[in-house]
Amino acid sequence: MPCQIRRDRRATGTAGYRKANGIHMEVVLQNLTKKFPGRDRKNRSEVTAVNGINLEIPDGELIGLLGPSGCGKSTVLNLISGLLKPTEGQIFFGADDVTKLPPENRGIGLVFQNYALYPHLTVRQNILFPLENLKGKDKLSKAEMAKKAEEAAELVQIDGLMDRKPSELSGGQQQRVAIARALVKTPKVLLLDEPLSNLDARLRIQTREEIRRIQRETRITTVFVTHDQEEAMSISDRIAVMKDGVIQQIGRPQEVYDSPANLFVAKFLGTPPINVFAGQIREHMLYIGSDAVFRVNGVSDGEVYVGVRPEGFVRGETGVFRCKLSRVEVMGRDISMVCENAASLNPAVRVIVGTQDERGAETVLVPEGSEVRFALIPRKVFLFDRKTEERICFEEN
Amino acid sequence: MDRNHLNGGLKGWLYLLPALLFLGVFMVYPLIDVFVYSFEEGYNSASQTYFGIGGYNYAYVLRDPYFLQAVKNTFLLVVITVPLSTGIALLISVGLHSIRPLRDLLQTVYFLPYVTNTLAVGMVFMILFKKTAYSDGLINLFITWFGGESVDFIDGPYRAKMFVLCLYTIWVVMPFKILILTGALASVNPEYYRAAKVDGTSNLRIFTRITLPMISPMLFYLIITGFIGAFKAYSDAVALFGTNLNAAGMNTIVGYVYDMLYGDSGGYPSYASAAAIILFAIVFTITCINLLVSKRKIHY
Repeated sequence: MPCQIRRDRRATGTAGYRKANGIHMEVVLQNLTKKFPGRDRKNRSEVTAVNGINLEIPDGELIGLLGPSGCGKSTVLNLISGLLKPTEGQIFFGADDVTKLPPENRGIGLVFQNYALYPHLTVRQNILFPLENLKGKDKLSKAEMAKKAEEAAELVQIDGLMDRKPSELSGGQQQRVAIARALVKTPKVLLLDEPLSNLDARLRIQTREEIRRIQRETRITTVFVTHDQEEAMSISDRIAVMKDGVIQQIGRPQEVYDSPANLFVAKFLGTPPINVFAGQIREHMLYIGSDAVFRVNGVSDGEVYVGVRPEGFVRGETGVFRCKLSRVEVMGRDISMVCENAASLNPAVRVIVGTQDERGAETVLVPEGSEVRFALIPRKVFLFDRKTEERICFEEN
Repeated sequence: MDRNHLNGGLKGWLYLLPALLFLGVFMVYPLIDVFVYSFEEGYNSASQTYFGIGGYNYAYVLRDPYFLQAVKNTFLLVVITVPLSTGIALLISVGLHSIRPLRDLLQTVYFLPYVTNTLAVGMVFMILFKKTAYSDGLINLFITWFGGESVDFIDGPYRAKMFVLCLYTIWVVMPFKILILTGALASVNPEYYRAAKVDGTSNLRIFTRITLPMISPMLFYLIITGFIGAFKAYSDAVALFGTNLNAAGMNTIVGYVYDMLYGDSGGYPSYASAAAIILFAIVFTITCINLLVSKRKIHY
């Protein structure tokens, strides 16, 4: 397998991308930086929330901005919305530089984390609210407004709840109302700020599919901010993983998962998380602890981090990687084997194995405390530089 | 289970007992007592006797020109000061809420009158408004400066006196209202404002369609307590016009009740009780109307 890290951090040669006359409404962020003044009395130094971000979101695409809390993903969203002004850099919607435009002139729809539905207004009044603000030539008649509100409500399937108050709706329904309110002005760009975090697990899956459906139907360019990697991976056309105000990697979810650019991205994607070991390379042989795992070519000798996805282990008596089984967690479809290994940098090594082997026989479990052996699937093994934590490509043989 | 339920009920009442006792002794019993007094005609507090039971006390009070004057004063005070003080307090609170620098300092300044003694404030008003042998008061100084005629605010025409009383009342009740309203404004989730901003909502519309409805429960609380407080006004008038309010024509209903009990013309607990019951009825009615209106206006 050729190792190709698709970082996709295109340095936005935007000339070809932006078409002045097209219907394209791609969003382009150029060298975007946002610094906040330090609020702490003792420490007045500036906080850089977003640091020189370049990002192109093609027309009609749904992109997931993914990262741990405090990584600047919400700031990026607020910069796109216009609620925040960037310290440096520019934002383009299509051919238009919107960097200095106020939010209302950008043609965006924004869905807040807690929905921000006006509690004293009914669903209908909430959806009508943005339309009633229109002035001058954009002003709509009452009938037009009602029609638009109905359409938006139908799109998110809440047309039966129009006369209820937000407090009389479930979390999922409130979410739909918030989306309807964001869509009613037919925005060019839809921005979703952690839209699912207030929902319970079941509703979350349902609603994210719903968001995907609505986005597919409307083909509105959408930016979706979340800290939940599963959420982002399941519905995004592309994901951008952020850390400390910098985009670490952009790509299709599967690409990023299969080919993480660095240790952070590898750790951030995947449940259960990737297993990280202290490893070393001696004479083209990769060692985890004292176990010689497999030969790697094209890598110089030295200390490395070894990341192994939980599904990258194959049980077998002849396996080269040994560890002590501490317990087994049965999850129905899979079995999670929790093991101990001295070289592991995670508290425990997690291995996912199927409940049956390839011949359909039930997996035989060994007693807890005994030694288990695994072979490693090279495709699921990543090497990272000890210092830079950047991915090191290797050729297995 | 039944026993448990009974036990639980008993326990609950036991917890409530101190509060109930307190309320009963100091609120309910006096109210009933006043009610009874108000129907005892010709009650003599020395001999604790009365002639008969009937509505004479009410008839007397309702024909007493002093009482009618007090009712007029009180109603004027209520109608003028409650909307004005609430409105101005709202304006100041919104102003305070929208500025950043010096907000804490200004909040303290606006709150100062609340912790200042009523009589001290009265003194300040004296300096501002009272005519003495040496000075016509600060306000008159300004009036004559701009070519106006000097007005006697304390012993002069009714309008001038009413003006001072209203100003004084507004001044005294304002800090509490500002405190409550700034708190209410601060508790509105800023997310609503951001959502409104994204939709290009004008500031006026944000205020009328979002801010006002969101703080309306607090606003109505202030209006209701403002009504009740203004109906029970007394000390403010005393601070400005002295204890002989009937002579000054600036008496309030509570002042009338007090005078009937202890004033120079006092010693008539029956009349005082009748006046108190009338005041109670007025306040009760107005509060009920207020609550009904607010139920219709505030919903969420």
